[in-house]
Amino acid sequence: MTGPDARPLLEVAGVSVRFGALVALNQVSLGICHGEILAIIGPNGAGKTTLLNAISGFYHPYEGRIVFDGKDRTHLKPPDVAALGIARTFQNVALFKGMSVLDNLMTGRLLKMKGSFLLEALYWGPARRQELEHRAFVERIIDFLEIQAIRKTAAGRLPYGLQKRVELGRALAAEPELLLLDEPMAGMNVEEKEDMCRFILDVNGEFGTTIALIEHDMGVVMDISDRVAVLDYGRKIADGAPEQVRKDPAVRDAYLGVSHD
Amino acid sequence: MDPQALEPDRDTFPKLVRCNAEHRGHKVAIREKDYGIWQSYTWREYFAEARLIALGLAALGFTRGDKTAIIGDNRPQLYWTVMASQALGGVPVPIYQDSIEKETQYIIDHAEVRFAVVEDQEQVDKLLHIKAQCPHLEHIIYDDPRGMRGYSEPFLTSLAELQELGKKFEVGHPTYFDDELARGKPDDVAIICYTSGTTGVPKGAMLSHRNLIVTARNAAEFEGLQSDEQILSYLPMAWVGDHIFSYAQSIVTGFAINCPESVATVLHDLKEIGPTYFFAPPRIWENILTNVMVRLEDCAWPKRKLVHFFLELAQDIERARLSRQPVPAWRRLLYPLGRLFVYGPLRDNLGMRRIRRAYTAGEAIGPEIFVFFRALGVNVKQIYGMTEASVFITVQKNGDVRLDTAGTPIPNVELRISPEGEVLYRSPGVFLGYYKNPEATRQTVEDGWVHSGDAGIVGHDGDLRIIDRAKDVGRLADGTLFAPKYLENKLKFSQYIKEAVCIGQGRQFVTALINIDLAAVGNWAERRNIAYTSYTDLSQKSEVYDLIHQEVGRVNRSLAEDEALRGARIRKFLILHKELDPDDEEITRTRKVRRGYIAQKYAALIETLYGDREHVEVEAKVTYEDGRTGTIRADVRIRDVAVPGDSVSP
Repeated sequence: MTGPDARPLLEVAGVSVRFGALVALNQVSLGICHGEILAIIGPNGAGKTTLLNAISGFYHPYEGRIVFDGKDRTHLKPPDVAALGIARTFQNVALFKGMSVLDNLMTGRLLKMKGSFLLEALYWGPARRQELEHRAFVERIIDFLEIQAIRKTAAGRLPYGLQKRVELGRALAAEPELLLLDEPMAGMNVEEKEDMCRFILDVNGEFGTTIALIEHDMGVVMDISDRVAVLDYGRKIADGAPEQVRKDPAVRDAYLGVSHD
Repeated sequence: MDPQALEPDRDTFPKLVRCNAEHRGHKVAIREKDYGIWQSYTWREYFAEARLIALGLAALGFTRGDKTAIIGDNRPQLYWTVMASQALGGVPVPIYQDSIEKETQYIIDHAEVRFAVVEDQEQVDKLLHIKAQCPHLEHIIYDDPRGMRGYSEPFLTSLAELQELGKKFEVGHPTYFDDELARGKPDDVAIICYTSGTTGVPKGAMLSHRNLIVTARNAAEFEGLQSDEQILSYLPMAWVGDHIFSYAQSIVTGFAINCPESVATVLHDLKEIGPTYFFAPPRIWENILTNVMVRLEDCAWPKRKLVHFFLELAQDIERARLSRQPVPAWRRLLYPLGRLFVYGPLRDNLGMRRIRRAYTAGEAIGPEIFVFFRALGVNVKQIYGMTEASVFITVQKNGDVRLDTAGTPIPNVELRISPEGEVLYRSPGVFLGYYKNPEATRQTVEDGWVHSGDAGIVGHDGDLRIIDRAKDVGRLADGTLFAPKYLENKLKFSQYIKEAVCIGQGRQFVTALINIDLAAVGNWAERRNIAYTSYTDLSQKSEVYDLIHQEVGRVNRSLAEDEALRGARIRKFLILHKELDPDDEEITRTRKVRRGYIAQKYAALIETLYGDREHVEVEAKVTYEDGRTGTIRADVRIRDVAVPGDSVSP
């Protein structure tokens, strides 16, 4: 170990995840460094989402270790992982459809809220102060993501691109150190993608948040990521700077579908 | 008393702001909705902030006569910058924030702008692209630091840094600001407003402090504006109207202005502020009305019927009032009930409950729209104004509002009609001239009288009626009077028609290119289960052609009533496959049709209108927001319109 900055924020070491006989992740090792944007790419079924799920505690690896900030976190449950400062968004948007955008973002602050149920219900004393502080924080996110016009709109009524943006907002509301984004740009048009790219770069640049994202759009990946890791059939087949990965013959084979016998 | 006399300590805007800071220092001058809350700044803060910006500019080497480009949405910081530049004897040059690079570059280059103060990264990027072609541009100052971390250009400064520079500068030059402020003269150029211009390049109209202060004061007295007015500042700062309402009148009368949170939240913010004085061009009134109607269609039927009944009632009463007809007693008796159940709540919902006076101008407003808002009890009035006149020429008097007039001249404005039918005016608000364009100034101003370029008539009641642009009034081949804008406005009064361009000069008969309103026609189509994929697809549906055909028929019937216009009925029309767009230079930023350009761009389509074919294949180039261009293809149909009782067959 050379120093705190060179040490990876999150280290995945030899992690395997199995669903019965199916090996979804096969001894994957991967480091995510402080302050970088890491893109995880690979064909469908390569195990990208499984990797994210293993990191955020939805799945528990059957072998290997996950180390966050120098401590072993292999077997934590999702809420504990979130409390550590890892927030995520989902491939299929998972917002509270009937709640307003504002309330959805406020749920992102839940982990930071203290105090008793009774005080909260009465909206009194420290509970009130706390609510105001969190609201002020959420308003900064609303401003940052430029969603002022939909603050009071029910999340379920929004177009898909905006729902994705709100979901990013909710993840940001938790003030994460590590942000996991599962296909943040899937199903978006060019303009929405450009906006999302800018938000991701700004989150990384202005808050110093470390970001790992899964993305299929190679243009986006090459543009915004510092490093790219490639998965194929549960194995990591490449890891490096975008240009370097693009030229890697193994990556080309994986995408062009060369036989794997 | 000489109407143009100004007290020496109140003869420029910076001096007036200083007075406001002294006499009503704790009163709110400007609000901005930020982080979900209305943040207020008092007149004292207004002056202090503007002062620091001015000192910062001075630290960067700003000298008297320098021009400051101001580009961005309505933000307190940008209004302060206007005052800051003026205080140093400089001239602010506001530029439309959505102007494409070419337009922005032209103005910055032509006005010899040295300093640009802009809102955010988007505008900075635009300026960085064109900086090489603008040799005078030295400093770019931005307000919002978001996304600016990677920029290292030495000539970029944030507004916060600029104000810090100002604080340091003040230490070495403690009296600099006050000295410069005192050197300001009422006849100095206060602002250069570039007119978007339907033809040719933009012209920079120079307005002096005196022009603006006197006009703002006269109009405020005419309307009885108080210092407790609230207005929403949401129209582009580059437009002279915003400058008069949000800057000049606010400073002269001391009322507060409110900057919306974002462009998308304007209608919501309107509701929260509840302005007392409101300005909107016809398209905004129309938008609000369309929104109300669309939402009404989604209501349960008892509610819908009730609202429709009372709206009809109020509009009938209002129409009778506007045409000076008696109103039946039963209607007058029902009106208070309608106010209780419908008009009051609706006005409140739209944020129009407190409006004491509202204006519509720029283009002719559809009678239905005008009547609708007046029927609700919103005192909407028509005004006639121009950049060259510091806006105000005529305004409808309270209690003397009519459908088709622009009102009477405000105090100290003289009006006459030239033998050719052109409106001429003379007033203390008449501008100093076009910047670096004495030729155009000479053509426009003769012995103090300004040629408006509009054809109009003054009725026996003294009210001005505008018919069309003077140069646009033409003749058909057989000599029939052809006033294209008059026809286009009649077409645009239909909720389904967004834009229309009529052609007929020197031709056998009149034809029209029509743009449908996507929201209204889309809604109409959905209700009839007509599936469509895009604007282009929807525009060429035969059902949509039938719909527009009816609207054209309606216009033709009303034209037939007037002997002079009978011959100018529309014989053929087509629906354009794309929306006319300022990015494609087809209409100006203020949505005025650029006739010459359209005639050239759509020459092939127009020729088909005068030929025998029933449809034509077209390709059109479109410019996307990011500046890329693309092509859309369509098969555009031509529709004949029967004109009964006329021998000429198309």
